[in-house]
Order: sequence, then structure tokens, then C-alpha cells
Amino acid sequence: MPNNPVSATAVRSPQHWRHLFAGDGAELALRVALIVLIGSALALASDAFLSTANVLNVLRQASLIFLLAAGLTLVILCGGFDLSVAANLTLSACLAAGVIKSGLSPWLGIATALACGTAAGALNGLAVTLLRLPPFLATYAMLWILQGLAFHYMGGQEIFGFPPAFRALGTGFAFGVPVPVYLMAVVLFVATVFVRSTNVGQEIYAIGANPEAARLSGIPMRRRQMLVYMLSGLMSGIAAVVFLARVNAADSGMGEPLLLPAIAAVLIGGTSLFGGVGSVLGTVLGAIILALVINGMNLLDIRAQWQPLVVGVVLLVAVMVDLVARGRRERIG
Amino acid sequence: MPAILPIGLLLVAGALVAVHGFASTRNVANLGLQASILLMLAMPMTLIIMSEGLDLSAGAVLSLCSVVMAEALAGGHGLASALAASVAVGLGFGLANGAMVSLLALPPFVVTLGTLGIAEGAALVVTEGNAVSGLGSGIASLYALDVFGLPFPVLVALATWLLTYVLLHYTRFGTYVFAIGGNRDALVLAGAPAWAYHIAIYAFGGLVSGVAALLLTGRMNAAHPTVAIGMEFDAIAAVVLGGTSFERGDGRLLGTVLGVATITVLRNALDLLGIESSLQVVSIGGLILLVIVIDSLRRSRREQVA
Repeated sequence: MPNNPVSATAVRSPQHWRHLFAGDGAELALRVALIVLIGSALALASDAFLSTANVLNVLRQASLIFLLAAGLTLVILCGGFDLSVAANLTLSACLAAGVIKSGLSPWLGIATALACGTAAGALNGLAVTLLRLPPFLATYAMLWILQGLAFHYMGGQEIFGFPPAFRALGTGFAFGVPVPVYLMAVVLFVATVFVRSTNVGQEIYAIGANPEAARLSGIPMRRRQMLVYMLSGLMSGIAAVVFLARVNAADSGMGEPLLLPAIAAVLIGGTSLFGGVGSVLGTVLGAIILALVINGMNLLDIRAQWQPLVVGVVLLVAVMVDLVARGRRERIG
Repeated sequence: MPAILPIGLLLVAGALVAVHGFASTRNVANLGLQASILLMLAMPMTLIIMSEGLDLSAGAVLSLCSVVMAEALAGGHGLASALAASVAVGLGFGLANGAMVSLLALPPFVVTLGTLGIAEGAALVVTEGNAVSGLGSGIASLYALDVFGLPFPVLVALATWLLTYVLLHYTRFGTYVFAIGGNRDALVLAGAPAWAYHIAIYAFGGLVSGVAALLLTGRMNAAHPTVAIGMEFDAIAAVVLGGTSFERGDGRLLGTVLGVATITVLRNALDLLGIESSLQVVSIGGLILLVIVIDSLRRSRREQVA
């Protein structure tokens, strides 16, 4: 069986770096325009919107959504889906909180979150590749299993109060910019280079675009699918650390409100649900749009109870826009 | 034979031997009540999954229906108009789900995830996050009614099973449910209005949720905006355990009933053993895994023989 060697980041030519983020300029410009539009509307509606503190707050919120959505983007690019990202965040954060609170090193707590996230992702990957379950079904079952384990572990309690050095990961600033925003930038860069400039990344697009052709051309399907689910799990673990550090408390319901925003961010970012089309940069813009919507609702004193409804509508609109944009109808009538 | 039958029987035998109080008259009656709402969600879910669909919004829509019903009763309206309001809301969500899946060809799990958010948000907004009580005694006494020795909820659930069975096996709608799951394009090319029947599958689900709200609200004589969220997991699990396939137009209504029974017995036995609901979910996940592994092993052995 032919097998492509795993290439490291291929640095080819100076032009290469310019092309890394190019290719879908018009689509990305459209999303930037949407961000400017929502931002202007919010600036008109609320004096507090343009304050530095609030803008940084939006970016901080966007980075959390993005960290969760970045791994999901890879899975969707590869033609799969991961409904368990938010529940994975919850369990990872709860376990990490338990480790740190028991007096062990915060580093061990971080390692716990990353290991838990990756392990859950690996289970998703096994269910999809080995048991050949439909991805949404496998990850939906995983959602409830992880959620159940988190409920059990927490027993209805909250774990709160972590060392300041750990909390800086979520609340800290460097040169006036929140720490999670740097993390967002690093993940954006690494993930973009990975999907655009490595063979493995290109194979992920190929599998999503046409699984049959990808299989016939010798791409190791199962290993690539395992990889994207594990990366998605890892990103849930990273997001768990940032979230835990920001709110300084863990409870078994903490991740759930992030599921719909994360999925919506990926779709608004232009990644197609049908796989093979999209970018991580788009997901960043999608995450910023979602963060603006949520921030706007807070500023305009719209009660938090409206949030699932609004995000649900945003998600449906996003998936319909995706359909129109792709002009791709799988059915004939 | 689906793998669920021997597993379910083993589970019942184990519960009879090991769980104190499982076979008591009171607990057996309790099992029937617990199974009835789940059976009502699982019947339409079987048709939806047969059509290569999924309804993640079922639990949230049921919660919203229950809230609407309770608000109507608390506002002094009669039981009939409260039920009508609940059914209208359920039907509305079912039609919306069906229209997006059928007409726009959007993936069902994303569509119903979106409507899950909308239903959950609507229930929270209507109730401001609080439980709705003060419904009078009408709905509670209806819930406690005995008809020919059968509790009212069990009777409603059995009627739903019968209705779904007749719809699936004795009507054109049922034939089209099989066909939509098997080969929707062929149906369209043959000139059948597949789109309308496809919407009807989801509409049926919403309608049944509207009626099931009667049982949910009656059981507590109150409504809570998020109480049934997650119940769709049990319903989907029951369908999958029962052997209905996501990939072929191949449904097993009786299998789903066995799945409902198995999940109800499992949850009940774990309840009696003092094992909390969160770990029950994990054990249902394990059960699904077991059944899927057994089925796929048997399939691969059959393929090897052939």
C-alpha cells in the first residue's frame, strides 16, 4: 500500500507564505465585512462596546470559542463531525480542577486536561474508524458519556480557587493583550500551516472532498481520521485549561453552552459541512462573529435565557448560507 | 434476531436475582410508567432514523411542549386547549425540522441541533428559567387514571406504538418511509412526492411529542424548561439497540420496543441499587457499544461464510 511520508512543515519559497492565507480572499473579506457591520451596529447601540476593556473581552471570548472550534474544523474538513467537543471540555476541566485542587502542580492539572481530551478524542476516532459508526452518532453517544462522567466526578459540587499563576492563562495580559488571544494566534498559525502545507493536512482535505478517491489514491484513511478526532480532543483539553483559568471554577455544566457557538463558528467561517472545503482562518472570523453576538446580547441587557435561541437561529442561518454558497445539493428533489 | 433480545433477557434475569425490590408489584407498575414517555419518543425516532435522519431536538421540544401546556393550565385554560397548544408547538417544530431536512437537504443532526437550541431557549424565556406549577388537579388525576386495569400513560404509549405500527406497515406513508431510507432519489424519479412524506416523518415526531407532554406534565403536575433535554439520547439509544440501521431503510419497531424495555429496566435497576443517573447514561453508552460490536462481529462472520 503506497504511503505518504509524514512531512514536517514544508518551507518552500517566500511566496509560499503569502499563499498560506490566500486563496479564498473574497469569502474571508465578506466575513470581515460582517464583523465590521455587527461591530458598528453595536457601537451605535451601546457606548460601552468600543471601550478597550470590552473589545479585549470580546477577543477573549472569541479565543475560547475558537480553541474549541479549531479542532472541530479539522474534523469537519475531513468529512466527519464531533458533537462531543463541549462535553469533552467539561470533563477535562473538571478533572484538571480536581488535580490542581488536591495540591498537585498546576502543570499536572494541565497535562490531565490535555490527556483526558486527547483520550476521549481517540475513543471517538476508534468508534468511527473501527466500529464504522456514523460520526455524529458516535460523538453524540460520547457527549453523554463524558457528560455523565463529569456529573459523577463532581457530584453536584463546584471546585474553585486556583493559584494565580495558573489563572493567568485565562485572565492574564501580555503587552496589553489577553493571554488566550496569543494562544488563539499560535493555534491559528500552526493549524493553518498544518492543513495547507503538509501532506497530511492536504490528505485531510482530500478525504473530506472525496473519500472514495482518497482511499483509492492510497491515503491511510483510518489513521488520518484517528488523527483529526484526537486533535479535536486535544483542542477541547486546551480550551478546558483556558476556560478553567478564566472562570476560576469548574462545574459539570460549564462546557454545554459552548457547543452550539463552536459549531456555528465553524460553519459561519465557511467550512462546509460536507467536508473538503474551508479554512481555520475562517473559523477565527466565525468565532469573532459569535463572540460579538453574545457580547452584544450582554451589552443590550438581553437576558441570558435568550442565548440558546439566538445561537440556534444563527446556526441554522449559517448552515443554510453554507448550502447556498456551495450550491451543492446532494439530492435531486 | 437482534442482539438486544438475549442481552435484555439477561438483564431482567440479573435484576430479578440481584436487585432487591425489582419484582415488587409497585416497581413493575413503576417500570410501565417510566417506559411510557420513552416509548412515545422512540416510536417516531425509529421512523426518523429509518429515513437516514436524526432528531436531536426531541427532548428539548418535549420540554417546551410541557412548559406551554403547563402555562396554559396555570392560566386557567382547560385541559383540551392546553393539549391543543402543546400539540401545535410540537407539530410546528416537527414541520420546521422536516422542511429543512427535506426541502433544503440539510444534514438532520445540524438542523435538529439548531432547533434544540431554539426550543431550549424558548422554554427558558417563557418560564424565565423557573418551574411552572399551580396547574390544578385535572392533569394529575388524568395521569393517575386507570382504564381497564391499565394506567393511562401506559395506554397512551401503547396506542402510539399501535398507531406507528399501522402507519408503517399498512399505509402509503409507511411504504415511503422505507423507500426514503432505502433510496430517496429513486422515489423522486418515480414521481412520488417524497418531499412531503419526508416532512411528514418529522411532523409525526413533533405531534407525538406534543401528546407526550401530557404524560410528562401530569407525572410531576408541573413543568420545568429543561427537564426532558437528554431524553432524546435514551430514545436514540433504544432505536439503535433495537437494530434499526442508519444506513439502510431498515426499521424494527419491535426492536425499538425491546430497546425501550431494556433501557427502562437498566435505569430502574441501577436506581434501586442507588447508582445515580449520570452513571446510568455511561452504562447505556456501554450497552450500545456492546450491541454494536456483537452485531458487527456477527455480520463479518456472515460475510466470511458467504
